[in-house]
Amino acid sequence: MIEVENLSKYYDGFCAVNRIDFSVQKGEIVGLLGPNGAGKTSTLRMLTGYLSPTSGNIRVKDYSIRDDALKIKHLMGYLPESAPLYRAMLVYDYLDFVARIRGLDEDKRKNRIRALSELCGLTEIMHFSIGELSRGLRQRVGLAHAMMSDPEILILDEPTSGLDPNQIVEIRDIIRRAAKEKTIILSTHILSEAEATCDRVIIIHRGKIVADDDTRTLSEISGLDQVVALALRHAPAEAAAERLRGIDGVLDVQETGKFDGETLELKVRCREGSDPREAIYKSVKETDWVLLELHQETQNLETIFRELTRED
Amino acid sequence: MRPLIGIAGKELKDYFVSPIAYIVISVFLLVTGWIFFTTFFLFNQADMRNFFNLLPMTFSFVIPAVTMRLFSEELSVGSLETLLTLPVRFSDVVMGKFVAAVLFTAAILAPTLAYPLAISLLGDLDWGPVAGGYAGALLLGAAFCAIGLLASALTRNQIIAFILGAVICFSLTVIDKMLFFFPDSLLGVIAYLGAGTHFENIAKGVIDSRDLLYFFSVTFIGLYAATLAMQER
Repeated sequence: MIEVENLSKYYDGFCAVNRIDFSVQKGEIVGLLGPNGAGKTSTLRMLTGYLSPTSGNIRVKDYSIRDDALKIKHLMGYLPESAPLYRAMLVYDYLDFVARIRGLDEDKRKNRIRALSELCGLTEIMHFSIGELSRGLRQRVGLAHAMMSDPEILILDEPTSGLDPNQIVEIRDIIRRAAKEKTIILSTHILSEAEATCDRVIIIHRGKIVADDDTRTLSEISGLDQVVALALRHAPAEAAAERLRGIDGVLDVQETGKFDGETLELKVRCREGSDPREAIYKSVKETDWVLLELHQETQNLETIFRELTRED
Repeated sequence: MRPLIGIAGKELKDYFVSPIAYIVISVFLLVTGWIFFTTFFLFNQADMRNFFNLLPMTFSFVIPAVTMRLFSEELSVGSLETLLTLPVRFSDVVMGKFVAAVLFTAAILAPTLAYPLAISLLGDLDWGPVAGGYAGALLLGAAFCAIGLLASALTRNQIIAFILGAVICFSLTVIDKMLFFFPDSLLGVIAYLGAGTHFENIAKGVIDSRDLLYFFSVTFIGLYAATLAMQER
């Protein structure tokens, strides 16, 4: 559906996007993840034809962004970051304007606006001017704007940034409802966001792709070892480390903290695929130490993200 | 064509839902009315020559005020991004805004039609120059709108857009009255650049292809440059 080939963008010599390649299949929900200034917005702006790439190409279906930008724009709905809409316009007028430009007929226009206002929860605010709306509401108007022509591809730049938790859930619901049979690319720097909504995650750092995989695979195979964290009371540090190292599957033991002189916090690095928690419990039971805490640290996107985008 | 009409309609509506339209129209009528009628009865002539003579001067300040927000506002709010990622051509956007500005200029001029009507009651008014004057006013207005649009596409600050537009329009208006500053060899070219003379010719009722060509070229150059300025990212 979408092929990005060797795409770069320079601003006055500053490299915002550095030769990235990826492709998106029909029906996928792809999350573009990265710290601020990683090149997410630049990438999306090039995808939507707002910026022209310095080098490289983007193909959508059979169209190239360099020759058929207009045709590509017909296939796409785009919500820019923080929904910059005409503040002086009424919500209804604005949606009507977008529908006109999208080339919808008079009667189709009314139906589409009605359907969208229900989908995005705008029925109550149709007669407000956009400038009066709260951020969350404006974002919803922006979503309606993006979905006006029922496009095959939806591109959303930080659709939930700056919203309160309730609004985030609302926007996510709208996206999920709209997601059927649509290809969606959304950017975010909130990891739980990507985990919750995306099938696939592309992590960008300093203009380069550092990871590109299914959300689930990425969480499982991260190239990082499994880590078990535990807290012990009345355990001498040396003896505890010694005992734990003797357990099958344990690679290394690290002391991470000590409280009141008697509570010891440890991190146990284990071989991939092994789960020595049971063995650890049994081993500790043989002593007179008290086991306060024992849990496996999940390798969620958060850890991977931090690992991959660490500033060295 | 549809996006163009949509954009023009939206911009025109924007003028009239905000107070800008009414303020600009009132100021224009006040200034032209005052300057025109203070001397009108002294000349004791039933014509509108004075009104049209002043028009390039007033237009070079009024029209940049009309056009200054067209792109600058979109640039500063960021809404240009939402607009340009809709399926529109750059030319549709520029032309749509241009058409709205020209129609608004016509709306500014419309109330002044009361002047010739009033004058024709007072004396024997020759309608030829009046018709020529209004036609010329629209051509001049269109050319200045194109310049104002270009100024607006260059900056996200509306005040800078206004000043830049006004400076260019004002220079074009007065340049052929300042010929004594220029060397002889350039006189012909500079005189042709001045908007004032071309407008006066048409306002006399003389339709010359050179004058028409002048206004069409200025309009075209302004719009084309605005398109390029907007495209350059």
